[in-house]
Amino acid sequence: MKFAVLRFPGSNCDQDCVYALNAIAGASADYVWHKDTSLAGFDVVVIPGGFSYGDYLRCGAIARFSPVMQSVREFAASGGPVIGICNGFQILCESGLLPGALVRNRGLHFLCQHVRLRVESNASRFTNAAVPGQTLNIPIAHGEGCYFADEETLRSLQANGQVLLRYCDAQGRPTEAANPNGSRDNIAGIRNEAGNVFGLMPHPERACDPLLGSTDGLAIFHSLMKGWTQPS
Amino acid sequence: MSNPLRNETLAGMKVLVTVLPKPSVLDPQGAAAAEAIRHHGLEKIGRVRIGKMIEIELPEAADESLLHEIARDLLSNPVIEDYELKVVNA
Repeated sequence: MKFAVLRFPGSNCDQDCVYALNAIAGASADYVWHKDTSLAGFDVVVIPGGFSYGDYLRCGAIARFSPVMQSVREFAASGGPVIGICNGFQILCESGLLPGALVRNRGLHFLCQHVRLRVESNASRFTNAAVPGQTLNIPIAHGEGCYFADEETLRSLQANGQVLLRYCDAQGRPTEAANPNGSRDNIAGIRNEAGNVFGLMPHPERACDPLLGSTDGLAIFHSLMKGWTQPS
Repeated sequence: MSNPLRNETLAGMKVLVTVLPKPSVLDPQGAAAAEAIRHHGLEKIGRVRIGKMIEIELPEAADESLLHEIARDLLSNPVIEDYELKVVNA
């Protein structure tokens, strides 16, 4: 399974993603520069974290107009899986590929810490290797990770099972105290209605190697690979 | 500020785009600033919101509807922000 890891000026988790993915049996990853327009030969698009364009204007606001994003839009429209991590999630929201937006953390601080996430649904190609209710230990690192959407959008996200990850406490309860950034409904990760675009603020690529203290991030990448067969 | 003698082509004018978070969006910066304003003695204040202003100089003629499009789709995010566009003398 071939992963395209996009690189914008200011991306800084691109190498972590490529490193983590290349260590997974059956997966290989390569970089795609933001000015490239071809995603030919790739099975998955990863939009990594970082500070594309210095977060100028708004996080992800300028990256959204990079040439490669038109190809990502077409790739997603044809059903290809796209995963946006942290700044990648912000770019997907700015692009309109995911609903809502990510705003400044409630406490105004940049947060870099491990959090606990509850898998809300495993009926998705991004979480099917997990069990609903299972909790994952994955780090976050963001200043603008507070998920915002209006009431109607929140209702439809919930009704369609689009919320895949919520911030929770050690018992798996999505409490106010376990919400690090003020995200509405403790939302940490959502998918689009069609089910092939996923955005999350936590960094699964930073939780794939035992040296980093957790390998729970593998659940996301293993899900993507589960049931996947090489196109002939 | 003087009332601009509006040049229809907008050539030689300046556009000021004000972007503010929608009232329904949490604005922790605004809340922190409100607290500081109260500490400065102005206690009876309502909500404080912090946004940004973008100034665009127009040496040549420009299309106002394009400016609105840019303000709505690039300079602001309609999911979380409202914008206001003002044309003034440069």
